[in-house]
Amino acid sequence: MKIFITFDFTALCNKVLEEKLCDLDIKYKMLSFGEVEFLEKISKEKLTHLNNSLKEYSCSIIENEKIILVQKIKDTIIDMVYNNDNDIHVKSSVYLSEKLNQSYGYLSNLFSEVTFTSIENYIILHKIEYTKQLITNSNLTLTEIAYKLNYSSVAHLSTQFKNTTGITPSAFQRIITKRRTLK
Amino acid sequence: MQEKEIYILLADDDEDDRLFFTDALDELKIKTKVKTFNDGVALMNYLNDKSNLLPSILFLDLNMPKKSGVECLSEIKKDDYFKDIAIAIYSTSASEADIEDTFVLGANIYIKKPNDYKKLKKTLSNIVTINWQYDTSNLNKDNFLLRL
Repeated sequence: MKIFITFDFTALCNKVLEEKLCDLDIKYKMLSFGEVEFLEKISKEKLTHLNNSLKEYSCSIIENEKIILVQKIKDTIIDMVYNNDNDIHVKSSVYLSEKLNQSYGYLSNLFSEVTFTSIENYIILHKIEYTKQLITNSNLTLTEIAYKLNYSSVAHLSTQFKNTTGITPSAFQRIITKRRTLK
Repeated sequence: MQEKEIYILLADDDEDDRLFFTDALDELKIKTKVKTFNDGVALMNYLNDKSNLLPSILFLDLNMPKKSGVECLSEIKKDDYFKDIAIAIYSTSASEADIEDTFVLGANIYIKKPNDYKKLKKTLSNIVTINWQYDTSNLNKDNFLLRL
């Protein structure tokens, strides 16, 4: 017998963080995803301690400002792609620069410098990853997925999928299904 | 900005192909460190020695003496210890059956060996960059399929 499990990554990560912060008896407030505010002064040793205890989950505290901003761009993009129920009708460049209060030119240069890819490509990558998740773990048809992810047509989604991964959505589905029966 | 170089392994019995491969990687903007093997047995011995660092990406030629690429792939996929390695099949064959079979066995990437150097550089750059996004954005590697 085998079972398949879906994860809520945000909840999972927050839970880990909460536990570690509680262990160290730190008073804190959770801000947006991956952002924590300390409500009291915190010693350097405690911070190092926290960083070490997070390492076992491959998490670490970020210090470099550029990396922090890039992480914020990534989080905003992920939020935009995965929670698009709030109907974002502005262009993603406008959305990002308004949300992060920086010019899009600055954000996009910084992003490319740190991640070796462009913001546009990163958004496409995530939309395709989300499509893959929905193809394998939901009963939605490709047409429904295209609608959910704001593609103008199913053909547009199929083409972008093929261009990004080199295979068609149906070949992808076939491969993953075969893999699961093999295990 | 990139803190450590990306560690890449290649197993290929053709010496020229190995040389082109390492030269092309050296010229990329993204920093990499490469180690090569000329057959599947040497590769598996290296991987199974727990004192060695595991690569982020492993490129496998399908036709190699002693142990083929498919045999290596199956062995690697059986062992959970290797689950974070992205596996790229690097082959002269472009038969649809070969491609789909290796994907089903667990390969993440399938590349038909490009016949010119410029194209090879572009292909490798593309792979290393996408793999980097998977590693730094916690993407699910089970869903990582790429054909170039």
